[in-house]
Amino acid sequence: MRKNKVLGIYTFIVFAFLMIPLLIIVVTAFGEADIVQFPIKGFTLKWFSKAINSQSFVSSCLFSFKLAIGATLVALLVGVPAAYALARFTVWGKGLIKGFFLSPTIVPGTVLGFALFQVMIVKMHIPTAVGLFCGHFLIVLPYVIRIVGSSLEEFDFSMEEAAWTLGMGKIKTFFTIVLPNITSGISAAFLLAFINSFNNVPVSMFMTGPGVNTMPTTLMGYLESGFDPTVPAFSVLLMIATIGIMFVVEKTLGIAALSQ
Amino acid sequence: MAFLNLSDICVSYDKKHNVLEGLNLEINEGELVSLLGPSGCGKTTTLRVVAGFIEPVSGKFMLDGEDLTKVPVHKRNFGLVFQSYALFPHLTVFDNVAFGLKVKKMNKAEIEKRVMEIIEVCDLKGLEKRFPANLSGGQRQRVALARALVVEPKLLLLDEPLSNLDAKLRINMRVEIKRLQSKLGITTLFVTHDQEECFSISDKVAVMNGGVIEQYDTPENIYSAPKTEFVARFIGFENFIDLSKKEGSAYSAKDGSIFIVDNGQDKDVCKGTIRPDNITIVPLSDNSENTVSGTVLVRTFLGKTYQYELETALGKIVVNGGNDELFETGQTMRVKLPANKIVLV
Repeated sequence: MRKNKVLGIYTFIVFAFLMIPLLIIVVTAFGEADIVQFPIKGFTLKWFSKAINSQSFVSSCLFSFKLAIGATLVALLVGVPAAYALARFTVWGKGLIKGFFLSPTIVPGTVLGFALFQVMIVKMHIPTAVGLFCGHFLIVLPYVIRIVGSSLEEFDFSMEEAAWTLGMGKIKTFFTIVLPNITSGISAAFLLAFINSFNNVPVSMFMTGPGVNTMPTTLMGYLESGFDPTVPAFSVLLMIATIGIMFVVEKTLGIAALSQ
Repeated sequence: MAFLNLSDICVSYDKKHNVLEGLNLEINEGELVSLLGPSGCGKTTTLRVVAGFIEPVSGKFMLDGEDLTKVPVHKRNFGLVFQSYALFPHLTVFDNVAFGLKVKKMNKAEIEKRVMEIIEVCDLKGLEKRFPANLSGGQRQRVALARALVVEPKLLLLDEPLSNLDAKLRINMRVEIKRLQSKLGITTLFVTHDQEECFSISDKVAVMNGGVIEQYDTPENIYSAPKTEFVARFIGFENFIDLSKKEGSAYSAKDGSIFIVDNGQDKDVCKGTIRPDNITIVPLSDNSENTVSGTVLVRTFLGKTYQYELETALGKIVVNGGNDELFETGQTMRVKLPANKIVLV
């Protein structure tokens, strides 16, 4: 019992450490003053209306959403077959290839962003939006390969062979037997990839340009010029949206599906 | 020509050394043939060649007069039961069994009829709507069997299908497999490393070693008359004595003692082998032929009997028996190797 008590207190402290900053942000979003302060004086919802009515916030948020969805979907199209090939066949230099696919997660984001900026924007004059898309695709691909790969490692490939012997061709077998059994891996990869693209700052900082702004870079820019509670208010809205998504995921797939 | 015919099959994974070295096998229609051997002997590779997962480097695979060597897996119409069962976890028992028929685009009523028939035969009634995760090991095994049989395959392939079951269930299932196989009259190739399993179920057994078949015969003949030392060792012969032919059925061992062997061979130099169970303990004064004495090195209690390891002039000899009189380590024992139990390899 004593041990449980100590563990309980410890868990509470860790939990508090994670939750208090979020609570502070939520609280500051309701302050009347023109700067972010804690504790707040007065109570208002005006920062929320300012956030919702801010053209740059809303459009950059929508852009980030589209960018993240697009990059994630393309990464799934490329990453799932790659993960399948790595798990199914004895590819020469398998370890090396796996390491290579994971390299964007090892290289600091700033370095990756700068390198992409130098090559794609400065040298090749690729349109900003396209460059940004390529950058984000590159960031999320390793997550897809890694997560889908680990769920494929648990997949019993004799199921595939069983389907072949029952008369099904190889490509159709992939869709009817392999895919349905790695959906939890694919949805986890989708979510993680989406979140990583949606929140990404270092690559986006280099790859955005006039008229092309992601949500995190817009918020950064806003914070640099002023410090009123619009950003906390906007963050609260994002948190609510996230909780909503998680709720839907829990009701449909179950959160456990994401951690498998 | 036999129903199934494998001729000079060579398989190599790395292009340097062969896993199968010119393997030949003939199976008649309706027979159940086992491939028996230790791991790495090539039995699973042989099965995978037949199934079509591996294309042999050379050789030919004929079935019912048709050359199938280059026909892809999904066009062969064979039933295969895997060691891991490989049931589709996202489909119900019914849909698992119906899978092969749906692939063939059979009409719904016909599928329903055939699936329910085979579900009945495989004793799976009432489980149609369950998912594989909610089945016991024996039930999964039967679903795998039903899924393979429902398509009325030309050939049934079983890849160690019983090794994941506990001992009692294994015996029930092998009886079940044999019953279904002979009822449907389906030609079957069964891969196993368990000799009891293989002997009890097979019409013929092919004992494999190092990528070739060492002996292909009925279970009775393999059990009582192994042709090579490898086969003898694999099926439980433990004592190997160097013998050279004297005259008639008499052979002499290296210390000059005489052994009479009923089933002689024409070789001048060979090895006489005998199971530990078939050696009898005789009084020390017995000086007839086929006897040898030695000192007890180890005594092991086996439950039904004792096992003695003896140091003799002919090498180590393992004997089972001696429940009437217990021998201690270091004591001298005299044993007789009956002439009708010695096999020459």
